[in-house]
Amino acid sequence: MEDEIASMAAVIGASYSGLKAMTATSGPGFSLMQENIGLAVMTEAPCVIVDVMRGGPSTGQPTMPGQQDVMQAKWGSHGDYGIIALAPSSVQEMFDLTVEAFNLSETYRVPTLLMGDEIVGHMWEKVVIPPPDKIRIVNRKKPNVPREKYLPFKPDENLVPPMACFGEGFRFHATGLTHDEHGYPRTSSSEVQSKLVHRLVDKIQKNADKIIRVEEVMVEDADIVVVAYGIVARAGLSAVRKAREKGIKAGLLRLITLWPFPEKQVAKAAESAKAIVVPEMNCGQIVREVERAAKETPVAFLSKLGEDPHTPMEILEVIRRSK
Amino acid sequence: MVQETVPPVILHPFSKYLREDMMPHIWCQGCGNGVLLNTFVHALDELRTDLDKLVVVSGIGCIGRSAGYMNTDSFHTTHGRALPFATGVKLANPELEVVVISGDGDLFAIGGNHFIHAARRNIGIKVLCANNLNYGMTGGQQGPTTPLDSVTTTSMYGNIEHPFNLVHLAAASGATYVARWTSLHVRRLTQSIKKMLQKEGFCFVEVLSPCPEIYGRYNKMRSGLEMMGWFKKASVVENFSDPSKADITADRIVVGEFVDINKLSYEKMLHEKISKINEKAMDKVS
Repeated sequence: MEDEIASMAAVIGASYSGLKAMTATSGPGFSLMQENIGLAVMTEAPCVIVDVMRGGPSTGQPTMPGQQDVMQAKWGSHGDYGIIALAPSSVQEMFDLTVEAFNLSETYRVPTLLMGDEIVGHMWEKVVIPPPDKIRIVNRKKPNVPREKYLPFKPDENLVPPMACFGEGFRFHATGLTHDEHGYPRTSSSEVQSKLVHRLVDKIQKNADKIIRVEEVMVEDADIVVVAYGIVARAGLSAVRKAREKGIKAGLLRLITLWPFPEKQVAKAAESAKAIVVPEMNCGQIVREVERAAKETPVAFLSKLGEDPHTPMEILEVIRRSK
Repeated sequence: MVQETVPPVILHPFSKYLREDMMPHIWCQGCGNGVLLNTFVHALDELRTDLDKLVVVSGIGCIGRSAGYMNTDSFHTTHGRALPFATGVKLANPELEVVVISGDGDLFAIGGNHFIHAARRNIGIKVLCANNLNYGMTGGQQGPTTPLDSVTTTSMYGNIEHPFNLVHLAAASGATYVARWTSLHVRRLTQSIKKMLQKEGFCFVEVLSPCPEIYGRYNKMRSGLEMMGWFKKASVVENFSDPSKADITADRIVVGEFVDINKLSYEKMLHEKISKINEKAMDKVS
């Protein structure tokens, strides 16, 4: 395609024709895609977008790592909506979470974002690709009613509507405008707008427990919990191990799901911890969510921008000071 | 005994093509969009098109509502993005007939880049463009096709931007079929739409559409009839004339077919390429 706006539009078109479709980009391209990510949210088109995060703003630092698009992933397109974003920490996870992202997007009819970073994107590591029959594949729910009775935007109990595809004889309409269950535009109805937008938010929020995944390493008895994601979490793990060697009870809570935010998991870890440490390759994005969830527990933020992510020693130093 | 007679329900023979529950439409009196949709439906009817295999895609603007009015699979995209969306549809399922119905502002201003690239690739999308010479829906701003010196709400002293000549642009970008008619030329327009629907690759039909409520109001043509009068007076049919000389002016609107060539479509080339690569890979595996 000619640009990222077009790529995102074509992905939605392919998704509506029944295929699983994805696209991949980095910072500036992700900004261009936001318009049609909103369209995918509004028309509930299952699809996957990979954003290999670099340093920004603007053209910023191409081929350098960053984690500066985390809030853009959540709020990048205009209007209110729910979205799913995952953060791979290794090349293996880049593969595994792409499959997972498709499964989630097909289940919840929502664009699912894979928020990698330059290091995970460029790194060479061993990858095990399982045989196809060992991979869990989820496909979108199809309507089981005849054409005359099909309402393309009438949700099931889990708030997700079954999805017909073009060419299957359902002859349905979809639009980026505020629409009713027929898919017809209802742009001047407060009731339709309220019902639709609340559902788009709720279908992710109310299913958050089923969506969210974190990895906990030595968190149970930890006094200091490092909350990290992506490549930074690997330095975090190393720092936690070093801290344990020095007799500091540290643990790592690695966020695999960034959005919806693993609020309960962070809150639980914060309850028993004395302090939380958040290293991020930005000026403070996920740390705001962590602070909100941690309530009274103090949160130390460690920002790093530029060529290299945090070293384990840098994180260890903050763990020591937070003790 | 008095017998009550219930008047029989008479369905319009074309009602199956439209979503009657979407009516009334939003278009003004004297607008040419209804004529465009009418000729499109006539063409579908004459070709006995399978409505289950037809996808109508539109962008934003007055004519952008047509996707919603057609009783087929349909999608109303964001502004300017009908063509890239339709590209995804056609590549994912080349069996589908994919028609984009949109306006001059949507296709050639915000969507201009998508248009030239879709035409260049020769993706099998059929584009029906209502050209009303301005942004009618949003109050009549000057757009990419507004003729020089025309008055619009954003060119109150006369337009000083050179407009696109759409048939020239489409031909130069690589479209396999290019035609221009006005909403006065219903029969010839219907024939062009029929021809376009039967061709392979990227096809483009421009329809000059009266916008008396907005464009006409500022340019001394306050009724649909007056705008049609202009089309009648200025139109000259010159089939297969040089599209670069088909600029629209107050005195002269060249209409007709401009391009009718054969070229392999992008979807065909892509899927042939994929099969060949797969065959090679299978050979290596076995």
